[in-house]
Amino acid sequence: MPAANDPYDPKEVAALAPDALDAAVEAARRAFAGAADLEALAAIRPAHLGDRSPVRLAKREIGALPPQARADAGKRVNVALAALTDVYAERLRTLTRNRDEQVLDAERVDVTLPASRRAPGALHPLTAIQRRMCEIFVAMGYDVAEGPHIETTWFNFDALNTPPDHPSRSLSDTFWIEPPDAGLVLRTETSPVQIRTMLERRPPIYIVCPGTVFRPDELDATHTPVFHQIEGLAVDEGLSMAHLRGTLEHFARELFGADIAIRWRPHNFPFTEPSAEPDLRCFVCHGESVGNPDRPCRTCKSEGWIEWGGSGMVNPRVLRNCGIDPTVYSGFAFGMGIDRSLMFRSGIEDMHDMFEGDVRFSLSLRGEP
Amino acid sequence: MRVSASWLRDYVELPADVTAEHLGARLISLGFELEGLHRAGGDVSGPLVVGQVLQIEELTEFKKPIRYCQVDIGEPAPRGIVCGAVNFAVGDHVVVCLPGAVLPGGFEISARKTYGHVSDGMICSARELALGDEYGAIMVLPPSSKVGADAIDVLGLRDDILDLDVTPDRGYADSMRGMAREASHAFDVEFRDPAGVSAPTPDESGWPASIQDVSGCDLLSLLTVTGLDSSTSSPPWLTGRLVHAGMRPISLAVDVTNYVMLETGQPMHAYDRALLTGDIVIRRARAGERLTMLDGVDRPLDPDDMVVTDASGPIGLAGVMGGASTEISGSTVDIVLEAAHWDPSSVSRSVRRHRLPSEAARRFERGVDPLVAGPALARAAGLLAELGAANPNAGYTVVGEPAEIAPIRMAIDLPARIVGVDYTEDAVLGRLEQIGCAVRIDGREGDVTPPSWRPDLLAPADLVEEVARLEGYDRIPAALPVVPPGRGLSISQRRRQTLARSLADDGLVEVLCYPFVGADTVERMGYAAGDPEAQSIRLANPLASTEPLLRTTLLPGLFGALRRNVGRGLRDVALFQIECVYRRTAGLPPAPVVPVGRAPDAAELAALNAALPAQPWHVAAVLAGDREPRGWWGPGRRADWSDTVAVAHVVAGAMGARLSPRAAEHGPWHPGRCAALLLGDVVVGHAGELHPRVTAEFDLPARTCAVELDLDAIGYADVPVQASVIASYPPVLLDVSLAVPDNVPAAAVQDAVRAGAGPLLESIALFDVYAGDRLAAGQRSLAYTLRFRASDRTLTIEEATAARDAAVARASRDTGAVLRS
Ligand SMILES: [Zn+2]
Repeated sequence: MPAANDPYDPKEVAALAPDALDAAVEAARRAFAGAADLEALAAIRPAHLGDRSPVRLAKREIGALPPQARADAGKRVNVALAALTDVYAERLRTLTRNRDEQVLDAERVDVTLPASRRAPGALHPLTAIQRRMCEIFVAMGYDVAEGPHIETTWFNFDALNTPPDHPSRSLSDTFWIEPPDAGLVLRTETSPVQIRTMLERRPPIYIVCPGTVFRPDELDATHTPVFHQIEGLAVDEGLSMAHLRGTLEHFARELFGADIAIRWRPHNFPFTEPSAEPDLRCFVCHGESVGNPDRPCRTCKSEGWIEWGGSGMVNPRVLRNCGIDPTVYSGFAFGMGIDRSLMFRSGIEDMHDMFEGDVRFSLSLRGEP
Repeated sequence: MRVSASWLRDYVELPADVTAEHLGARLISLGFELEGLHRAGGDVSGPLVVGQVLQIEELTEFKKPIRYCQVDIGEPAPRGIVCGAVNFAVGDHVVVCLPGAVLPGGFEISARKTYGHVSDGMICSARELALGDEYGAIMVLPPSSKVGADAIDVLGLRDDILDLDVTPDRGYADSMRGMAREASHAFDVEFRDPAGVSAPTPDESGWPASIQDVSGCDLLSLLTVTGLDSSTSSPPWLTGRLVHAGMRPISLAVDVTNYVMLETGQPMHAYDRALLTGDIVIRRARAGERLTMLDGVDRPLDPDDMVVTDASGPIGLAGVMGGASTEISGSTVDIVLEAAHWDPSSVSRSVRRHRLPSEAARRFERGVDPLVAGPALARAAGLLAELGAANPNAGYTVVGEPAEIAPIRMAIDLPARIVGVDYTEDAVLGRLEQIGCAVRIDGREGDVTPPSWRPDLLAPADLVEEVARLEGYDRIPAALPVVPPGRGLSISQRRRQTLARSLADDGLVEVLCYPFVGADTVERMGYAAGDPEAQSIRLANPLASTEPLLRTTLLPGLFGALRRNVGRGLRDVALFQIECVYRRTAGLPPAPVVPVGRAPDAAELAALNAALPAQPWHVAAVLAGDREPRGWWGPGRRADWSDTVAVAHVVAGAMGARLSPRAAEHGPWHPGRCAALLLGDVVVGHAGELHPRVTAEFDLPARTCAVELDLDAIGYADVPVQASVIASYPPVLLDVSLAVPDNVPAAAVQDAVRAGAGPLLESIALFDVYAGDRLAAGQRSLAYTLRFRASDRTLTIEEATAARDAAVARASRDTGAVLRS
């Protein structure tokens, strides 16, 4: 290569001659076109576009030209380089497309094959619905309270205004711990937790008490000796049955849907006075079985309504048993079977399914959030 | 309470267009749930007529007596009817069912030839008309019955029967009197009191009586009725109403007492006067006394039982059942009717003690109107006079007196405040007076005296319910209270929620198992008598005698669920449960008797809580079959001991705790494959493969694995987790392979490596365990990948190597490990 400042005729730098550049481009075009696949193209790329390719080498010679000739030569080289790059890119695109069509097609898999390599688990549906119930009340500002399963009769009966001779205390209605004179039972409802809370805190009190409760009924389609309840208690100044109604109707709508219909009936519970039972419009027949012998409904016994639970204004005697002045405070309370609520909500017809531990039951209902 | 709509209409002026459905709906809204609505006689259709027997021809050529009768049914000519019963005579009025009629139960009658004659219809028995049990005997109507009249009307065969649920507080409603009163409230119409007849006046000729124990009986009335025509039976309208109410007709005197009980709510008992000896005395039974009752059973009496006695001893168990010795019979002519006011809880105790529930006892338990005894006796005597030609008053005795009814002081606006409806003062007073209260207004308060039939009204809240109920619960608006800010779930609730979700996400299925276990369960599981798991609590009244104990561990329940799943053809099963277990605590004091009416003081509360046994929350899981299923990707992986330790670590993670395993031998586990899980140095549970003896004993799949942890012992960590620095400098990864004696636990080696490596060690992972030819006997090789990283600079290879060498040296010193080249 001549020294940089040697005066010479630019036409004598052969590599920068238009013919030479055209020839190099043409040679590359032929070579790229002849590359059969991406590997072949990659193999010949250095010869035509690499640092030692003819056009790159020619570009280095530009500096050797007299200044007046450099612009012209530079322009020629750049045009040639751009053409080469385009040709290469075009061939690369073509070959890549070919590869995608052929090779990736050959690598095709069946994406519908089972993908989970771990067997699924599940919460018990009662756990899931209990959470949802608690969440509805927590969103309203309630706390969730708990208490022991084995309770003293004072908490389970006496404090709840259950008369001493009340049949609910009998061996046929309550599991008694041996020996019976120890005064211990398996709680028959979660109401003792309400008593415990009232003894621990001063009003205002807003709690729900979910949990396991026990009664000596044999397991059948609609009974179980172990079941689950959620009870609620509110004690504050100025609470009325209107607040009870508003609260339970909100609860029912959140749990069963906005179009749930509720009927309120007077009833009797030692714990509350006045007492009310909310009935839900039958989920199965929607009341259409009433007076319609052709379409009997097993779920509501063709009554159109199903009992959901008990409720009422906390009996002032119960407040007094907890040291709360009923002339200052009033309260409402309610209790619903979680198991029954789940049966209504998920269309479960037989209690056995909930307590036999068959994994298919929990797994089939695991879609509940 | 089964309520006949026609009977109800005797005492309440219901508009004619009120249907049974409408009546039921209104009573539901007043608090009487409608359990059922029966159309009595709904399947009966005529012609069913009153006939008179004109002539009887006895046919003697058959094995049993057969009669061919001519019966006048108001047609020009009598009908010829064949009949197999013989209890009627020429001139008797009977019910004749003509061809084409349909009897209760859908039996259609047609003319047919039988015993050589065409029978042009049928003469009916009470049973065929669903009016009683008597099958062989024809129903004979009173002579006043009009021949040719429609017997369906005469007999009251068609009626709507409402089966209403009366809550135990509303004893008054267990009668037509109470229900008619409620119906009058429901429709705002006139009520006529069936007890509106006046009571007899006590006189000298009444049967002598006295009450010795007024705590069990404060009032006793005895009415003597004489000269009963014992041949008379109850008329069809009366037996029909009894049958519709669910009671069995027996004889005129008994039927009348039952009828009056249904009507007025006052149970009464009829004694054969000829069989009474001496004064009637009301008292508690004496030790050793016995009574043969109407059912023929001789029972020992309890000194707590209230009894009716005469000179012969007990002749009745108060309010429950009469005695056989004074029972009225077909030949009874003179009767002493007893109507008493028994103490409800005393009757209740006797019912339960002797297991003798009855219609009468139920009413006494729920409270009978003390003032209704006199009118009820008069009503009964009147019926016996009318139907049985008796003298209705041959002497009347009243002893004792009813308790005074205390007025209830109530703020007049209390119902409005408690119910949330703006009831006017007029509405409140009107409703209270409507149910029979006397109200005396005193400024903004009132003194409300409940009527004698409402012993359930004791406090202002009871009156509030009456106002709310009669004004209608549907008037109550829906409002939401303003709830002060809550605290959300407690830490233990959040931890348990996270735990359940973590286990479900880990492929385990939650199940809910019952807490009842057999007496030998703990022993079958391999626990020793002194183990905490052997401290079982026993139920006094277990559902099944084979399962008298409460669980001390969750595993037996999970074993049962696992067995059931396997029995139903499932192979790979992973179950868990989170619940309480119950442990007998030695030396627990019995729960103290704490009065109500005030809050217990601190000492009483502490004593109540001290009586409770330990009931910790546990979590347990069982795994059988494959933990990772086989599939198109290859074979599955069987669940083994390590999966249960892994579950323990999932539990620990959810609880915010760190547990470390240590080899252990415990209860139901395989002695060589059981890990105790420790929190610090406290054992909080166990995990591993079950002992083959236990899997065989409980019929579980071989090599079933199980884990159980005490959540309360682990605790519910409530400290915010602190972040550590996440360094972005590159790590240095070094592998190290250590030969160690094979009785050295891997955890000890790892602890030594970690301690020796110092703070530059970011993580350590055991990637291979090897034992075999290339090692000396009794040795195994543990190969770890160590990841070193500095938080403030790029770590050099030399620094990392130095740390690794320090780790090896520490492992060598602590565990005898040797670096393998
Ligand atoms: Zn229905």
